[in-house]
Amino acid sequence: MTQATAQTAISGRSRDGIAQRLAADLRDGYVVNLGVGIPLLIPQYIPPDVEVILHAENGVLGLGPLAAPGHEDPDLTDAGKQPVTLITGAAIVDSAMSFAVVRGGHLDVTVLGALQVSARGDLANWYVPGKNPAVGGAMDLVAGAREVWVVMEQVDRAGQPKIVRRCTFPLTGREVVTRVYTDLAVFHIVDGELRLTEYAPGVTPAEVRERTGARYVEDLNPEG
Amino acid sequence: MIDKFRSDAAAAVGAIPSGATLAVGGFGSSGRPDTLLDALCDLDRRDLHVIVNNVGGDFTGIGRLLLERRIRRLTASFPVLPEFYDEYFAGRVELELIPQGTLAERLRAGGAGIPAFFTPSGAGTMLADGTFPLGYQADGAVADRMPERERREFGGREHILEYGIVADFALVKAYQGDRRGNLRFRLSARNFNPLAAMSGRHTFAEVEHLVGTGELGPDDIHLPGVFVDEVLLKSELSPRKPATAECSS
Repeated sequence: MTQATAQTAISGRSRDGIAQRLAADLRDGYVVNLGVGIPLLIPQYIPPDVEVILHAENGVLGLGPLAAPGHEDPDLTDAGKQPVTLITGAAIVDSAMSFAVVRGGHLDVTVLGALQVSARGDLANWYVPGKNPAVGGAMDLVAGAREVWVVMEQVDRAGQPKIVRRCTFPLTGREVVTRVYTDLAVFHIVDGELRLTEYAPGVTPAEVRERTGARYVEDLNPEG
Repeated sequence: MIDKFRSDAAAAVGAIPSGATLAVGGFGSSGRPDTLLDALCDLDRRDLHVIVNNVGGDFTGIGRLLLERRIRRLTASFPVLPEFYDEYFAGRVELELIPQGTLAERLRAGGAGIPAFFTPSGAGTMLADGTFPLGYQADGAVADRMPERERREFGGREHILEYGIVADFALVKAYQGDRRGNLRFRLSARNFNPLAAMSGRHTFAEVEHLVGTGELGPDDIHLPGVFVDEVLLKSELSPRKPATAECSS
């Protein structure tokens, strides 16, 4: 629990490694929304036998890869305003219908980055006080998606744990996160209880314990 | 005979007075009504309340109106433009920050005659609890906060009351339109456009192509002309940059 240990570099998963680990949990037929950052690394790691429909807030159901240079269409972007392509069988709807998909429980998973996640699943990821506030679709996504999976580093740049007892940053939603994938471990939040289900290869229980700001139980054989 | 086509954008948007509330379609530059916004920029209209998902970073249209301090309040989910925040923190423009799905539904509801609705989005956050600063004073103190939302439980879960938006005017962009105002959008440029159009008491639609009445089949019309009052052609010259992008500061 000392400052010194928390700042010692340890070998966990890389950003790509976290994305790859999460991709292995996506099931065939899932409708998934990916936030910016690590989540955008996920599509390349989705197993070939798993078909996932990617949703974008601006109304795309069936997002394909980014458009190749010279093939951009200004009328076709993702929620980050990047020029994209569509998969065969994609559909496009207006923004109200897009969020009906989200709020109505038709989105299986939303994958988001986070500033902090509390042990009971509160999420803070939209606003750092003092900086420029913008919310986009984050609050709708966490309120509506059936599962909210967070991908993030176990600690922030200052070495402070991002899994905490109570979030100190403004909340995006209360008791919404169901899983957390970090460089060091995988956590599930079940009925308000934080459970560690998996250590990243080569990471020790003590290393995770020192870098987690909340209590959790170890449950290495979760059902499902 | 119904003919909503107008050839002069400047004359058409001239009906918008200072102080008006405007709903504007688009998501970034995708589906943004650049010609209508350019025409509005050329008029000396001030004290506007603009409802739009986000403000592009290219200083055209709404960005230009902001830099020229002609907007009183911005209702948006993702303003992004750094210069906007300078104005916000300096107390020169208000920000009503709304979750994106709530914003879309508020526009739809307003146009559909639904005065308010309950949603789980934003419940338990500072966008619902009355703490988010709507505006600042020149000295940096908070002048006003967004009102606390009414709360109600459904199925054991907290929801908040959000109000439908009826705007004085709407500015939208479509791919095709006919003289009856029927619109067809293209790909993800649809986004907020049908919803902004619905929310407007008077709606201007800028189209890339004016097509003959009947060319758009009844099954191919994304938004019927009943929601549209005037149809204008998009100009090849839009969006225009402002003459001076440095006029803030």
